[in-house]
Amino acid sequence: MKDVKSKNAMPGKQGGLNSEIQSRIGHQLRAMYDDVVRQGVPERFAELIRKLDAAEPNPHLGSSGDQDDGRT
Amino acid sequence: MPLTESLRDDILAAVPSLRAFAISLSGNGDRADDLVQETLLRALANIDSFQPGSNLPAWLFTILRNLFRSDYRKRRREVEDAEGSYAKTLKTQPAQNAHLEFEEFRVALDKLPQDQREALILVGASGFSYEDAAAICGCAVGTIKSRVNRARSKLSALLYVEGADDFGPDDTVRAVIGGSGGGG
Repeated sequence: MKDVKSKNAMPGKQGGLNSEIQSRIGHQLRAMYDDVVRQGVPERFAELIRKLDAAEPNPHLGSSGDQDDGRT
Repeated sequence: MPLTESLRDDILAAVPSLRAFAISLSGNGDRADDLVQETLLRALANIDSFQPGSNLPAWLFTILRNLFRSDYRKRRREVEDAEGSYAKTLKTQPAQNAHLEFEEFRVALDKLPQDQREALILVGASGFSYEDAAAICGCAVGTIKSRVNRARSKLSALLYVEGADDFGPDDTVRAVIGGSGGGG
């Protein structure tokens, strides 16, 4: 084969190096990802879901407001 | 199924990993949060189509992934227009040493083809099985496996092999000559 790509034709020691590189890549990928996961749920999204929940017609509550006897 | 309290809690519990997925895909925090918001709105609007007992995170990731892809097509032109100012933003950011390696990784990840990047993130970071990742991306399991493999070898080439040239160009050249020369 004439068109050997130089990157794939690294010396034999690459074999051992390769698994080390792969584990570093895996580690970096998860570090980047978990960094965001650890930030938890921003208030913006918690609020969004609360609001949507409230907007949802709830069969347990009448919409007429009969039970609300008002203040004072 | 209807939006029960426990389902709502499960959706909220998935938000942190949805954000991580969105940021990994888009490389942009603001845009990622818009994607997550849109995903939640879609999910809640289509909650009746969610099969109880099926994989909720996978369902949500599928929505986000599809939104990202349709959004990506729309935005490509805008990005090209704004490329100049975007590059400027990147350059004015402080290059703190602690973030250098992280930034390098981020840049390399962005260089991967989209198919490979999403497959690698789903399997390597989100922790989905190959089967779930295939369902999320709407392709065969074998396709996901080969995308993940190609993503890994491309990343290692971008991050480590190119740098290795600085240390041992002679070794490389010798190996190439020695390996393909075949003697005579």
